[in-house]
Amino acid sequence: MSTTTALATQVYSVFIRATPEQIWDAITKPEFTQQYFYGARIELRGDRRFSAVGDTEWDEEVLEADPPSRLVHQFVAAYDPDMAAEEPSRVTWEIEPQDGGISKLTVVHDRLESAPKTAESVAGGWMFILSGLKTLLETGKPLTS
Amino acid sequence: MDDDLVFRALADPTRRHLLDRLFERDGRTLTELESELEMTRFGVMKHLRVLEDANLVVTRRQGREKLHFLNPVPIRLVHDRWIDKYTEARVSALADLKHELEETA
Repeated sequence: MSTTTALATQVYSVFIRATPEQIWDAITKPEFTQQYFYGARIELRGDRRFSAVGDTEWDEEVLEADPPSRLVHQFVAAYDPDMAAEEPSRVTWEIEPQDGGISKLTVVHDRLESAPKTAESVAGGWMFILSGLKTLLETGKPLTS
Repeated sequence: MDDDLVFRALADPTRRHLLDRLFERDGRTLTELESELEMTRFGVMKHLRVLEDANLVVTRRQGREKLHFLNPVPIRLVHDRWIDKYTEARVSALADLKHELEETA
């Protein structure tokens, strides 16, 4: 994308044929996340969000958790040394039930002003993640196997 | 949610132009978007509504302002559903060729 300021707040949204509870589980439990989140095992425990990618493990502060509709947490790209050195940013997950057994999932990644490398890197990543999450929940299979 | 809505929304030059403006700088107000188009406020609103219905634009309130954000996920889904399936290798070969021709032109 063009400039770093333009990426300080990023919004991604997808409709998924699933209940809010199913989506909540899929974003807070490692057996789900490892199938669509670049192989990351992510788990919400208490007020921390734990991640493990390969040998790298880290955790972030959970700022708000209101299952199954809203999760807000810090975001640290600990999997990359350059990005890990940047200021933590913030990710908000909103899950809204719609008619016909569909839910709308919106991810807002903001406070990226002091994390330009992270901002640039996650832009394509969220698209891939949300597309993969939708496929997993709707077909039971990961997007890339 | 619905491929038809996405294709229909993209099948209009003004709406594609609006997406390009948001791609350049995301999170804009209606007033900002309107100022760059030779079109009435009402006309721009109508186009934005079509884009919102297709989930290509997502609005967020920030204080008193309503900001419009480009949501690229539906385009990614169209890509996963259509491009991947049939022609990714060929499309990328053509894109490379186009790039090369334009570079040397």
